[in-house]
Amino acid sequence: MQRMLARRALSGIAVVAGVVTLTFLLLHAAPGDPAERLIGPTATPEQLAAGRHTLGLDRPLITQYGSWLARFVRGDWGTSFATGRPVRTMIGSAWPATVHLVVLSLLLSYGFGLVVGAVQAARHRRRLDTALSVATVTLVALPGFWLGLMLVTVFTYLLRVLPAFGAAGYDADYLSGWARFLDGARHLALPLATLTLIGVGAAARFVRGALLDALEQPFVTAARAKGITTTRVMVHHALRHALIPVVTLLGLSLPALFSGTVLVETVFAWPGVGRVLVEAVQARDYPVVMAATAISALLVVAGNLLADVAAGIVDPRLRAAEATATP
Amino acid sequence: MNGVLRDRRFTVGLALVTTIAGLAIAAPLVTTGDPNTPGDIVATRFLGPLARDLHGSLHVLGTDRFGRDVWTRLVYGARISLMVGFLSVLLSVVVGIAIGGLSGWWRGWPSTLLLGLTDFALALPRIVLLLLLAALWQPSALLVVVFLGATGWMPVARLVHGEVRALAVRPFTDGARSLGLRPLRVLWRHILPNALTPVIVAAALGVGNAILLEAGLSYLGLGVQPPTPSWGNMIASGRDTLVNAPWVAAAPGVMLVLVMVGCTLLGDAVRDVLSRRSSVLGRP
Repeated sequence: MQRMLARRALSGIAVVAGVVTLTFLLLHAAPGDPAERLIGPTATPEQLAAGRHTLGLDRPLITQYGSWLARFVRGDWGTSFATGRPVRTMIGSAWPATVHLVVLSLLLSYGFGLVVGAVQAARHRRRLDTALSVATVTLVALPGFWLGLMLVTVFTYLLRVLPAFGAAGYDADYLSGWARFLDGARHLALPLATLTLIGVGAAARFVRGALLDALEQPFVTAARAKGITTTRVMVHHALRHALIPVVTLLGLSLPALFSGTVLVETVFAWPGVGRVLVEAVQARDYPVVMAATAISALLVVAGNLLADVAAGIVDPRLRAAEATATP
Repeated sequence: MNGVLRDRRFTVGLALVTTIAGLAIAAPLVTTGDPNTPGDIVATRFLGPLARDLHGSLHVLGTDRFGRDVWTRLVYGARISLMVGFLSVLLSVVVGIAIGGLSGWWRGWPSTLLLGLTDFALALPRIVLLLLLAALWQPSALLVVVFLGATGWMPVARLVHGEVRALAVRPFTDGARSLGLRPLRVLWRHILPNALTPVIVAAALGVGNAILLEAGLSYLGLGVQPPTPSWGNMIASGRDTLVNAPWVAAAPGVMLVLVMVGCTLLGDAVRDVLSRRSSVLGRP
């Protein structure tokens, strides 16, 4: 198990390094001159040359990459072209917001998804299963950014019950205790509901498929033959077995979930990595783009690694196989 | 084929996709006027669904801020969205088959290299790459196709790789080889046609995904540029008028959902039939 995780961690680091290198090369291959963007359209050729020299753009690409990488690894991420703030502070305040949103929506969507999928598998091919299948396919099909806008229309503009933007109200600093928590929860409600609604559809589809496979296994027939109640067979025998592919799929669906988060954060002005990335990309704020890309890749890799750990927890065979393989 | 036709998901999915594709193809016949030229802004802007303007023409889905008919733009937008979806998946399928086929067929380091490349690309966060590419180069529909294709071939390559590996040890491959056929011809004529069935499922799901991603990019202003209508940039333009004209943003979203549902149902139905057939034939 440890050896497998170590290998996965190493390949994860390779992926992050690859993303960073690719981003660096893309930024350099792209049309447009960062010096010109910094100084403005009125720049004289002399000013441009001076600007390029200051930015180090007149050195060979490999030297630029080397010095940039050395600074990046040491945590010197430069300052944002657009805001003038240090990139590290921008990213440092953004990533917890993203993790907060993603983890909560994952927990909720798999919580509900397990229940919905289990109900569907228990009522396989009955009317309830069909109705829920229609519902889950529709949920999966919803574009997150559009669902977000529609929820805002209903809950903010029509019903006027929930705030549409940001993670806290303007007066959040003056609130304390319960009122502050409530303010945070109200701001969290719509983005979380958007991500969870879509997530429930995907999770329920995974769980239903995995449970239907599990219910065909001989051990389920054996358990039934022993006279165990259907609910108990479902929960203790089939569901336990079905969790293995579900957890694996959970790991595989993390990049997609993160993609959804990027757009949903933009819709709700949620102060996370996704919004920072989108704004930086639109403003061609190169230092922020580099850092946000690296952090996004790191978050996805870390999530996949956690899914591997979880797969080891739900599937004892993974641990056993490793134990017998190592002397 | 018979099994698939009896599946209700297949018929519903096919009906959804072909209806929308048919509307897109027949756009000039089912709409009135040009999708891009602003109408009489004072008289026809923000008309509600089913409203008639002062000239007496009916607007089934209302009009947007420039007095343009939302239904017309929706149908012309379907042309862009579907074309981007189909072409980008076609591109990723071609690239995926080439890379997956060669990496499954060859032994030794070229195969390891291609497989490593595939796994690496599979681990990259797609949306981040897309945002980066779309922001750095001037966005257009064609470029979005290329970007989506370039970031979407990995699942196809993985599938084809696995299939080719399994088919390469089957007796008919040895038969074709012992007849003296060149290796690439065996791959092209005997292996790849047999390896394509799971690709259909991946492609059906891929089209839906690509359309959704294009909508996302266009929503951010990084994809198809206005005034050319795409469902994504229509939603973006309706974002500011959610209070007084929610139909402008709602309608293209409903179309996105319908296409996505259609593609998912098609993919599900074909996958189930294929897995049933493969278990009957005892294929690995």
